Amino acid sequence: MDWIDFFWAFVIGGAICVVGQLLISLTRLTPARILVLFVTLGVVLTAFGLYEPLVELAGAGATVPLTGFGYALGKGAMEGAMENGVIGAFTGGITATAGGVAAAIVFGYLNAVIFTPKTKK
Amino acid sequence: MGEKRQKTAQEQRYQQRVNEKMPRSKTVSQCVRAFIAGGLICCIGQAVRVFGETTLHLDAEGVAALTAIVMVFLGATLTGFGVYDKIGTWAGAGSIVPITGFANSIVSPAMEFKREGLILGTAAKMFTIAGPVLVYGIGASVIVGLIACLLAK
Repeated sequence: MDWIDFFWAFVIGGAICVVGQLLISLTRLTPARILVLFVTLGVVLTAFGLYEPLVELAGAGATVPLTGFGYALGKGAMEGAMENGVIGAFTGGITATAGGVAAAIVFGYLNAVIFTPKTKK
Repeated sequence: MGEKRQKTAQEQRYQQRVNEKMPRSKTVSQCVRAFIAGGLICCIGQAVRVFGETTLHLDAEGVAALTAIVMVFLGATLTGFGVYDKIGTWAGAGSIVPITGFANSIVSPAMEFKREGLILGTAAKMFTIAGPVLVYGIGASVIVGLIACLLAK
C-alpha cells in the first residue's frame, strides 16, 4: 500500500470540495446546482483529456467527487463510441457507471424505506 | 460636535471593514472544513480502491464500480441513521461534492416524502436532485460520445 496515493487522494479530493465550497459561499449556488455543474464539468474535462491525468495522480481523490462520476460517464461514452460507433456513444456512459447508479437506487430506496427522518433539534 | 461626526465616520469605516472581513473569514473556515472532510472521504474511497486491487484482484472497471458502490452504500446508510446530515453541518461542500453526497441527496427527500406513499412519495422523490444530475451527466456523455464518433471518421 502506497501512502503517497492517500496523500494525493486527500489533497486533490479536498481541493475539489473547496471549489464546491467557494461556489456555494461566494455565488450562493444551491447544492443541487453544484452537483449538476460538477458532473457536467467532469464529462467536459474528460472529453478534452484534462481529467485523466488527475485520476492517475490522485485515484479516489479524483473519482470519488462528483466530477469523477462525470469522468466515468464521459470516458465510458468515448470508449463505447470507439468500439461500437453511435450505439456505443449511447450505451458507454451508463455501462461504465451502472454499478454506482444501481447501488444509489437500491441502497437509496432501502434506506428511505427502513429509516424515518430524524427530528431536527 | 465636529469631533463626534469624525468618530462616526471612523466607526462607519470600521463597520465597513468588519463587513468586508466577516463573510470572507467565514468562507475561509468553511473551505478548510470542506478540504478536510472531502479529503478524508476520498481517502476512504482510496482505501476501497486498494482493497479491490490487492485483495479482490479486480480490473480497473471492477475497482471503479466497487468504489462507487461502497461509497454510495456508506453515504446512503449514514443518511438513514441521521449521521450524514450532522457531518454535513460541519463539512459543507466537503460532504456534498463526493459521491456520498449524491447518495445523501437521494435518501434525504425519499425519507422525507415517505408519507406520500412508496411510489409517488419515496420512489419519485429519490430523484429530486439525482434526476437532474443523471439527465445532465448522461446527456453530456452521449454528446461527447457522438462527437468522438464524428472525429474518429
